[in-house]
Amino acid sequence: MSPIAHPATVDATLDLLERQDYIADRRLATAVFLSLRMARPLFLEGEAGVGKTEIAKVLAAGLGRRMVRLQCYEGLDTAAAVYEWNYPRQMIEIRLAEAAGGVERSELTHDIFTTRFLLKRPLLQALAPEDGIAPVLLIDELDRTDEPFEAYLLEVLSEYQVTIPELGSVRAQEPPIVVVTSNRTREIHDAIKRRCLYHWVDYPDARRELAIIRRKCPQAAESLAREVVAFTQRLRSMDLFKAPGIAETLDWAEALMALDRVALDPQTVADTLGVLLKYQDDLARLTPDVATVLVAEAKAEGIRL
Amino acid sequence: MTPDARSPRLAENVVHFVRILRAAGLPVGPARALDALAAVQAVGIEHRTDFRVALCSVLVSRHDHLELFEQAFDVFWRDPKLLERMLAALLPKIHGRVGDAQLPQLPARLAQALIHAQQSADSDDAREVELDAAFTFSAREVLQKKDFATMTAEELIEVHAMLAHLKLPLPQIAVRRTKAAARGRTIDLRATMRGMVGAAGAVAPLKFRTRRHQTPPLVVLCDISGSMDRYARMLLHFLHAITNDRHRVHALVFGTRLTNITRHLKHRDVDVALERVTSAVADWAGGTRIGASLAEFNRKWSRRLLGQNAVVLLISDGLDADAGHGLDFEMERLAKSCARLVWLNPLLRYSGFEARPAGIRAMLPYVDDFLPVHNLASLKDLAGALRAKPHRDETMFAHAA
Repeated sequence: MSPIAHPATVDATLDLLERQDYIADRRLATAVFLSLRMARPLFLEGEAGVGKTEIAKVLAAGLGRRMVRLQCYEGLDTAAAVYEWNYPRQMIEIRLAEAAGGVERSELTHDIFTTRFLLKRPLLQALAPEDGIAPVLLIDELDRTDEPFEAYLLEVLSEYQVTIPELGSVRAQEPPIVVVTSNRTREIHDAIKRRCLYHWVDYPDARRELAIIRRKCPQAAESLAREVVAFTQRLRSMDLFKAPGIAETLDWAEALMALDRVALDPQTVADTLGVLLKYQDDLARLTPDVATVLVAEAKAEGIRL
Repeated sequence: MTPDARSPRLAENVVHFVRILRAAGLPVGPARALDALAAVQAVGIEHRTDFRVALCSVLVSRHDHLELFEQAFDVFWRDPKLLERMLAALLPKIHGRVGDAQLPQLPARLAQALIHAQQSADSDDAREVELDAAFTFSAREVLQKKDFATMTAEELIEVHAMLAHLKLPLPQIAVRRTKAAARGRTIDLRATMRGMVGAAGAVAPLKFRTRRHQTPPLVVLCDISGSMDRYARMLLHFLHAITNDRHRVHALVFGTRLTNITRHLKHRDVDVALERVTSAVADWAGGTRIGASLAEFNRKWSRRLLGQNAVVLLISDGLDADAGHGLDFEMERLAKSCARLVWLNPLLRYSGFEARPAGIRAMLPYVDDFLPVHNLASLKDLAGALRAKPHRDETMFAHAA
């Protein structure tokens, strides 16, 4: 895989994303373009299922680079995120050295703390890639980790280097393309945001959502696609606890296709609603009467899309 | 006569100024006063800015004291008459309407300090009376039992000071992060490996790690409607104290609508913070719509604030204008979204309190703890109740449903 040059304009960025089946709005494309041009991390925040993670995948594919993914979780530490020493191998090395005899202690320390015994975790892989090509580094759901890890990331994101006490600093030859995502289950510290370009990924409007469905589920009947989009757009305006994201819309369209439906009807909606809504309170609000009204409205609106 | 930085008059004034700052609560002792004099003599008094910075650099050692210093400096070193006018403005009832709108608003602490300074300067025979520590203590005892609603202005000031030192111990929860420990549960391979290198052939001791403990995030939902009005100021002081005491505290107030005041409370100076809160909140002492406010919280904030085993403190008297309509539904969602839901109710001070109003009956089944919050002693009890191990009654939701 050889890297492809960064897009030169916002339009080129839009094209690049679209070639990978990602239909972005112009604001997102601008943010991506700026992030590539200015070599700054891109911080994407938004509700679950609006395509934040997908951006990183699409960028990696579009720019011909590897993607390195760091999934965040509570208690994420350097051993899981940056590097770990290969302890079993080190132990064997020590036993061997002892069996051979006559090894100086300082020399042994020097021998077992070398890159040979180093296990690279995502951050180090991204800063010191095997093939020498800077990858796309996806730091996914940063809000799931805790403040100490955020603080650690500051060095990585601003200097593109990590420090390993036994070895010294490792600095990236070419900084990786960094995408950070957050579902906003808590606020990320300003210090991190300051180093990044911030973009709030919103739900797509009806026109764009329809384009996405056409692209991602080409087998879906045109009428079904229109009705599905109109229906989910309605749901999002309904003040639900968790509105369905574009990922849910796609899942739903696929579910309806699997059931060989070419149009919505209240019964099918009731049967498949679990694909769209994941909270019992929200499901309870969509009584058969409400669903019937929504389906009728969706059919009327779908034609106008 | 040209001003001279060495004049004894100036030294007197600087010392006086330091004393005012000390009375207003800045930790400035006599040593600082000497430093201040030295600094003033070093920079001279030709330039006001130099003079100000010199004093500031010596007398202010924390960012949150800066505000108070700036105000004190402006008042003290600008216009000798200003202080008098200020004092006159503070006593509008006695002197009639002398206060004019141009006067800057002084924090009560500073005003108090200035008044004392003025009084002791005015009368030669009125010697400064050192407050007897024992007396202060006994006064505190009385205050601790007093209802917030029935306190005089001076008592309020003392309570504010006490609240400022109130710490809120939340139960600590184990997190997935670890620390080195002699009797840990997992082996620290990295440290053991270093030990092995050192041992070189001998038996290497195993090193261990154990899980760290951390306080969970705290979210305070405080009712500021008309019926809670007389507690509101006290509670805001309480909120300010706990917001600045620890990380991960979020404060929201509600009457008919919900306002997040966390950022406003973040200012270290309590008067500035409360000023900002007052201007940010639009529905002081109005009606209460607990259900609607909780619904808004659940929808807009719960997923952002209630992660990582958050504890929710709900401060309300439970008197709801909507008569509990839709309240049980929202309370259930709130209780399910957090690790622990504590309800603080000032009405609980009345021994004959019964859960009659519809709002209270709708809320009660979902709370983990139901505690009074009408005076300082009850706030201290709160600390104790929170320290107790959190437990959730398994049957709570089943019973409510």
